[in-house]
Amino acid sequence: MSGFDWIVPVILTIITAATPLVFAGIGELVTEKSGVLNLGVEGMMLVGAVSGFITALVTGNYFLAVAAAALAGAVMAFLFGVLTLSLMANQVATGLSLTLFGVGLSALMGQEFVGEPVSALGKLDIVGLSDLPFIGPILFAQDALVYLSFVMVALVSWFLYKTKAGLILRAVGDSHNAAHSIGYPVIAIRYLAVMFGGAMSGIGGAYLSLAYTPMWAENMTAGRGWIALALIVFATWKPGLVLVGAYMFGGITILQLHAQAAGLNVPSQILSMLPYLATVLVLVLISKDESRIRKHAPACIGKIFHPAA
Amino acid sequence: MLLKIEKRSEYSKAMVYLTPIIALALTVLASILLFELLGVNPIEALYQFFVAPLDTQYEFSELFVKATPLILCAIGLSLGFRANVWNIGAEGQLTMGAIVGSSLFIYFPETDSIFLLPAMIIMAAIGGAAWAAIPAFFKTRFNANEILTSLMLVYVALLFLSVLIHGPWRDPAGFNFPESQTFSESADMPILIAGTRMHFGTLLALLAVFGAWIMMARTLIGFQVKVIGEAPRAGGYAGFSQKKIIWLTLLFAGALSGIAGFSEVSGPIDQVVPSISPGYGFTAIIVAFLGRLHPVGIFFASLLMALTYLGGETAQINLGLPVAVTGVFQGMVLFFLLACDVLVHYRFRLNISRKATS
Amino acid sequence: MNNGGGTPQLELRGITKAYPGCLANDHIDLKIMPGEIHALLGENGAGKSTLVKIIYGVLEADEGEIFWAGNPVKIPNPHAARKTGIGMVFQHFSLFEAMTVTENIALGMSGRQDMAKLAREVVEVSNNYGLPLEPHRQVHTLSVGEKQRIEIVRCLLQNPKLLIMDEPTSVLTPQEAEKMFETLRRLSDEGVSILYISHKLDEIKALCHKATILRGGKYINECDPTQETAKSLAEMMIGTNLHAPEHSAQPEKGPVRLKVNNLNIDADIEFGVNLNTINFEVRSGEILGIAGVAGNGQIELLAALSGETRSKDASAISLDGKEIGQFGPNQRRNLGLAFVPEDRLGHGSVPEMMLTENAFLSGYSRMSLMNNGFINKGNTENYAVDIVKQFDVRTPGVNHTANSLSGGNLQKFIVGREVLQKPNVIIVAHPTWGVDAGAASFIHQTLINLAENGAAVLVISQDLDELFAISNRIAVISEGRLSVGRELSEITIEEIGLLMGGTHGMGEKTEAAHVT
Repeated sequence: MSGFDWIVPVILTIITAATPLVFAGIGELVTEKSGVLNLGVEGMMLVGAVSGFITALVTGNYFLAVAAAALAGAVMAFLFGVLTLSLMANQVATGLSLTLFGVGLSALMGQEFVGEPVSALGKLDIVGLSDLPFIGPILFAQDALVYLSFVMVALVSWFLYKTKAGLILRAVGDSHNAAHSIGYPVIAIRYLAVMFGGAMSGIGGAYLSLAYTPMWAENMTAGRGWIALALIVFATWKPGLVLVGAYMFGGITILQLHAQAAGLNVPSQILSMLPYLATVLVLVLISKDESRIRKHAPACIGKIFHPAA
Repeated sequence: MLLKIEKRSEYSKAMVYLTPIIALALTVLASILLFELLGVNPIEALYQFFVAPLDTQYEFSELFVKATPLILCAIGLSLGFRANVWNIGAEGQLTMGAIVGSSLFIYFPETDSIFLLPAMIIMAAIGGAAWAAIPAFFKTRFNANEILTSLMLVYVALLFLSVLIHGPWRDPAGFNFPESQTFSESADMPILIAGTRMHFGTLLALLAVFGAWIMMARTLIGFQVKVIGEAPRAGGYAGFSQKKIIWLTLLFAGALSGIAGFSEVSGPIDQVVPSISPGYGFTAIIVAFLGRLHPVGIFFASLLMALTYLGGETAQINLGLPVAVTGVFQGMVLFFLLACDVLVHYRFRLNISRKATS
Repeated sequence: MNNGGGTPQLELRGITKAYPGCLANDHIDLKIMPGEIHALLGENGAGKSTLVKIIYGVLEADEGEIFWAGNPVKIPNPHAARKTGIGMVFQHFSLFEAMTVTENIALGMSGRQDMAKLAREVVEVSNNYGLPLEPHRQVHTLSVGEKQRIEIVRCLLQNPKLLIMDEPTSVLTPQEAEKMFETLRRLSDEGVSILYISHKLDEIKALCHKATILRGGKYINECDPTQETAKSLAEMMIGTNLHAPEHSAQPEKGPVRLKVNNLNIDADIEFGVNLNTINFEVRSGEILGIAGVAGNGQIELLAALSGETRSKDASAISLDGKEIGQFGPNQRRNLGLAFVPEDRLGHGSVPEMMLTENAFLSGYSRMSLMNNGFINKGNTENYAVDIVKQFDVRTPGVNHTANSLSGGNLQKFIVGREVLQKPNVIIVAHPTWGVDAGAASFIHQTLINLAENGAAVLVISQDLDELFAISNRIAVISEGRLSVGRELSEITIEEIGLLMGGTHGMGEKTEAAHVT
């Protein structure tokens, strides 16, 4: 055995740390592409996490658990839609309130379950391939959600850039007035995009409570919903780059865990700051080029649409 | 659709004052449902939440103890929200204010000067403002979104507090508990009414209410804040600087939040602990909106939110309700408020469809 | 006179549409025969846009019937309109800036499209009708004229029987407009009916077979425009006898008040236009008009003059001999510069603020509305009341918000606010855009009086009629360059048209100034 044994476990942990960000990021990307900014990702992830966890605990069925998480996230997103799309409330304020509400609601739902363990989401064993050295455990022995996260990125990419429906969704985000005057149902399209974002955030949250650390704790997302929002800016609204960014942040999260394990002589809290500081740094570096952001951001993002006259 | 939403030709001033009340009424209705779901008698629960905590004079004074940090944070945040500066990092600014303010006592515990407390308050304001200066700098210089940067810095500030309290600031005589030594009398916030915990910080909060009111209603700076928030291009036309307003509102919010944090450690807590605030900085966001971003409204909204903290505790003790109910309640208030706000700019109208005559 | 025989392609009977507080369409009747170019003529606010949006299914009528080739039809949405055979070219284009020409065209068609095939069709149809387009260009890189071609080609690809054109020439140079007319005449010959919306009388006389006139939401008349004079059409459109603004033919020109000297500005946003060595001066007593198609540097020039953008070089702009290139808006204002921006709501005023606050917005310093650092509410209110009284602003009171006023009244308020500051130089952008005729002539007269009292007036407008009515000299801005200002008597519409199209005279070759 060589001295590189640690590489495989590190990569495996990076994958688990990145997967929730991939889900939340790709969902919110679709929401933002339709011209809606939903800052409630953190709240939707939390409600998804607790719903998934409780379902898994009660039924033992992980498929149901993930479905419940997606549904819970979508319901939260639907509430956001009612406020911002039908009642034309400010999207920033509503997103914040969705997060605050989600923090409270998830704590209430989960308070009897704090600390109870569930077994971690099972890994798929692709017979024959998972035993391959090095790439076997990385590529062919992940849990189903990891594969799903990659499928979702590919699917969203294909949908946005290769289908008429995706073209329409982007058009709504680019100019809701133009889309309305050619006859597209702006509000309905945005509801769908927002709820897709909610469902993905819910699954991202469930990944935390079912696979990353199979348990429920209050506020267990620890800002990942906000990091997912930053990821989209980092990715300049491109699905592929969301994936890259999620793995970068996953890497940073894991780096600090391994540094602590390796006995680096720095208080653990300082290392725990890294993902947050990295997020700030990335935002600053990307946003510096204002024209680049302006060029890629959906032009209608955050704007209220009122279809009168 | 049977109901049609129509834009009003001018926003309704009556609705500006009415919607918070409608939102509260809806929240109470929704909580009755919630209590039923949790298997508690709703009338009893509402009584425990909103009436029982005010039974005695002491409990009444506790309302102001809890409201003080909320008022301070929310006044600062409201200025930013008015100007479309979305600082949501008050919790971090509160924490850094508490740390920087306390540092004077931690490093000079023997000091017995009447200037110690004022100096600590000023340091706290500077600490909070400095923490808020980071998103301000990144926003004005690099165009980085202040929502995300200010929030990320909350986590950093909390972790920094944890470093200090598990390390250099830990009380050597404290059995290894992660706590600083308790504050000396000259570092304590003076108590306003004997026998209660109401402290000098409450007066600072009232001063902030009054000052912000004057500033927003009668000064050019207040006018600039409103114009930049409502119509930034009109602000540019009048020669107002958006960057200046971003700096100003963030520094102001940081300073007030810093004082809020310090008045907690030097008031009711009396030492530096790992968890200074039960999320006052976040609840202050709700307070700011519920108070209609108006200083006087914020004062009343703070009292109400303070009541939910007290009520949550009472309900937990007397009915065994989970504390998390408070958080749900607070979230719902804001939700309903934002929903009702549609009435300020729009009116609902029955859609009596006049069919085309055929 | 009646429409001889045959069935109309489109017939409207009694179309009515009400908005809160206004009847936008009041029992309107309209008939268009196959191949007919039919003008819909009316002022701003006459109800033209509402009517065509009903025809295209964007809005639903409260009452009335639509017949298509003799049969009653319902048009609940634009998809249904397109299926019926109706195409529409919007005044404010329904285009998506961040997308390609082909994508934009696909979005305007129902159903799924093969993008590669569609791109080939776009090239084919656009060349066939003399409307050349590159299918893979992004829309934001195109000129206004090219953008309009996308909309037209998008309609043509669906073989419409009726084409609706909403104020199509407002963004075109006279030459571009003439080219578009040729396309429309050809379509008419092929049997396509065209509903042509405009308030420009000359082009209606030149192009249209029939005209329906609307005023205040009501049907006024149907006529044959070729048999009418511009004056008779205008009277039907406006209802009262027009009186042109009066000014002395030879103004007393005083000293130079505003001087712009080699002004260069690099646009700071992606789709902006760089200003390239701009030179001009405006004298006391004079009105200089700057013509040009929107998006040729007007926004940047206005920002540079108002102080919202600072020049690198202080001497680039001088006011009464003082170099102000690096001064901010307020410093310039204190020296006697006043400014009426293009966008009334959101730039010239804060929509949700009261008129008193909006008076304070630009007047606080020059009108001394501050008192020891505090806002002097009394003086501010008096100032607002003065504006309302002297400039005939129709509002229930100065404590109402800016967005509760009609366009014309708000414009009078803003012009009044600036004029009462007794400016030495006033810069006015699109002074009567979207304003009713009464307010427009009031504003024109105000500007002329101001000049005759010694101020220097600079008017930037897209409306050539307006510039000819009030200016003493006219210059043209195109791609960030400004032509030499010429006396009104020495320049013709044709020359201005050529300058607007980017022909700078003197054989000088122009280079694109767009930021890439």
